[in-house]
Amino acid sequence: MASISHDDSSAVVIIGSGAGGGTLAHELTRRGIKVVLLEAGARQSLATFSQVPGEAFGQLTWLEPRTASGSWTVKEDYPTLPSWTCKTVGGTTVHWTGATPRAQPWEVRSRTTYGQVDGASLIDWPLEYSELLHYYELAEKRMVVTRRNGNPGLPASNHFKVFHYGAKKLGYQRVHTGYMAINSRPADDRGMCIQQGFCVQGCKVAAKWSTLYTEIPRAEATGNLDLRVESRAVRIEHGKDGLVNGVVYRDAKGSEQRQLARIVCVAANSVETSRLLLLSESSKYPQGLANSSDQVGRHFSHHTGGFAFGVFDQPIRFWRGTTLAGLVEDETRHDPKRGFAGGYHLEMLALDLPSIALAGFPQNLWGRDLAYMMDRYSNMAGIFVNGEDLPRATNRITLNLAVKDQFGLPVANIHVDDHPNNAAMRAHGQRQAKALLEAAGATRVVLSRQTPATHNMCANRMSKDARDGVVNAHGQAHDIRNLFVSDGSAMSTPSSANPTLTIVALALRQAEYIAKQMGSRAI
Amino acid sequence: MHTSSMDRRQFISATGVLTGALLAGSALALLAPARAWAVDLSALSTAEGSALMAVARTLAPHDTLEDAAYALVVKAIDGAAGDAATLAMLREGLARLGPGFATANEAERVAALTPLENTAFFKFLRAQTLLNLYASPLAYAHFGYEGEVFSKGGYLLHGFNDLRWLPEVPLADSGPVYTGA
Repeated sequence: MASISHDDSSAVVIIGSGAGGGTLAHELTRRGIKVVLLEAGARQSLATFSQVPGEAFGQLTWLEPRTASGSWTVKEDYPTLPSWTCKTVGGTTVHWTGATPRAQPWEVRSRTTYGQVDGASLIDWPLEYSELLHYYELAEKRMVVTRRNGNPGLPASNHFKVFHYGAKKLGYQRVHTGYMAINSRPADDRGMCIQQGFCVQGCKVAAKWSTLYTEIPRAEATGNLDLRVESRAVRIEHGKDGLVNGVVYRDAKGSEQRQLARIVCVAANSVETSRLLLLSESSKYPQGLANSSDQVGRHFSHHTGGFAFGVFDQPIRFWRGTTLAGLVEDETRHDPKRGFAGGYHLEMLALDLPSIALAGFPQNLWGRDLAYMMDRYSNMAGIFVNGEDLPRATNRITLNLAVKDQFGLPVANIHVDDHPNNAAMRAHGQRQAKALLEAAGATRVVLSRQTPATHNMCANRMSKDARDGVVNAHGQAHDIRNLFVSDGSAMSTPSSANPTLTIVALALRQAEYIAKQMGSRAI
Repeated sequence: MHTSSMDRRQFISATGVLTGALLAGSALALLAPARAWAVDLSALSTAEGSALMAVARTLAPHDTLEDAAYALVVKAIDGAAGDAATLAMLREGLARLGPGFATANEAERVAALTPLENTAFFKFLRAQTLLNLYASPLAYAHFGYEGEVFSKGGYLLHGFNDLRWLPEVPLADSGPVYTGA
């Protein structure tokens, strides 16, 4: 691993080592570019991943405070965890479930396709789907996505048998074990899935793709990466010319450090990326960095989501196997006859015994109704509805000046008022999920409310017009040409797809652009 | 396993204690060296502990699940009650439930808890119950959850696809179990 001097202003500084930051770090370092990668979390490994209940949550989760406001039910149901992401080397790719569907072609033209929707702030992406598709193909090869490029699909678990049977009985046509970045056979110097069911606790055989054991070690091997763990960025600095020139961070001991930079790429996930840009205000940039348009933090999207869990008369033992390798694609279409714009995926979902009651069921379930479900835990199957939520300018990340973190800095507040379209979509999706489970034989089904934001997107979105967003089609800040957004907050609209594949695709594209710009000394 | 000899220091510092016996023939009774169990409380009184155990049983009534599993919930709450504000909230809530709560029947306990559903007291106890009731080896054995599996090499060769009451899934919608061939 390289050791880059704090005063080396030729370095690219990347903040965050997840799907975006980790991939970008590798892509730049393999092109000979020096990268300082700042990661707030510690470095885990296959050996330290834990299957003891509760341990992984404490080990991997971003637990530093943020607050929530707005009318979304998440504020009421999960006040201390409105957004559930990671703070660890590898970022949220450590605890994700490995789902890598693509956004649909019309979903990058959602404004044109859905039209003007009152109360929503839709825009078209500033790039063509054909271009995104090229990078999807690169990402799918890189992550070894199943059902693409001749990679076999994952085998059917007991849980998937139930999911598949119910889905086919309902008439769904496109039902399979998913486009998953989980090895169905050994590949990429990583193990093959042995169907443990602890995907969310970190994959102990590295079958599930994560930058922790792919992109980052390969970046280190180039000799151009300086990964600094337990290093939390607190401010991005700039010179009189308005260009960014350094990042201030707190190291593992809590001491303040400064790393000079030629280019800064922020990949701290939507909430913290927005927060960092806002915290970096100055007399030249009183609204924060990249924010002359007042768009930083706005249009925050989290996907319309909800669970359905059903119990059956016979055992399923749905914990035996991957958490989420099961997909129905039929509902991803845009079909206003259903009563809403946009589409959703139905995704098979299992939860372990401690988590099912706390996270899977609605918060008001207790007594005999709760016991009825839990008594039949061995006979349970589950589905997660994952749909496109409509962006709104007032759904935004702001600084909560009344609540400070351990360094005395205002924490992020996540404000969401769900668009009525979301409720209509969720109702439809959960109705279909319930019908699917019942078609397979479920005797009782419980539906949850909106789940915490595990997909955090669009808060610093790409836009053609600088007034509509924060960055251009390369994730480059409209206001500051050497400042980039490299995580899911760059997405213009959320689509109905779990976002990781899109984030990796955009990072691959951005790396090419940055390298070219550096080569021609444009930045 | 907790022994029956309490030294003098323990006798003085415990504020309360819950005791019980494992159900004869239960999974844990077959493993444990003795069927009698006791849980020391360091912030709550015995009466408060008993009432909270009754709350846990009302929130998640599993008729054949050991009292010991519910005592573990109370133990966790007792730990949280080391915080003065939490202890005050618990005492205030228990006072609203009334002194007879621990010995009331289920219908009466449900009736007493229902008006408190939106209180911080109720939400705290529901979260503590769900978190601690289902996370113990006792609960795993009772509900059939198998827990940690890395040490066994995963479920790939241990029943991940042994369900036979539904038809097999066509390979086109899934994939083969890779055997190295």
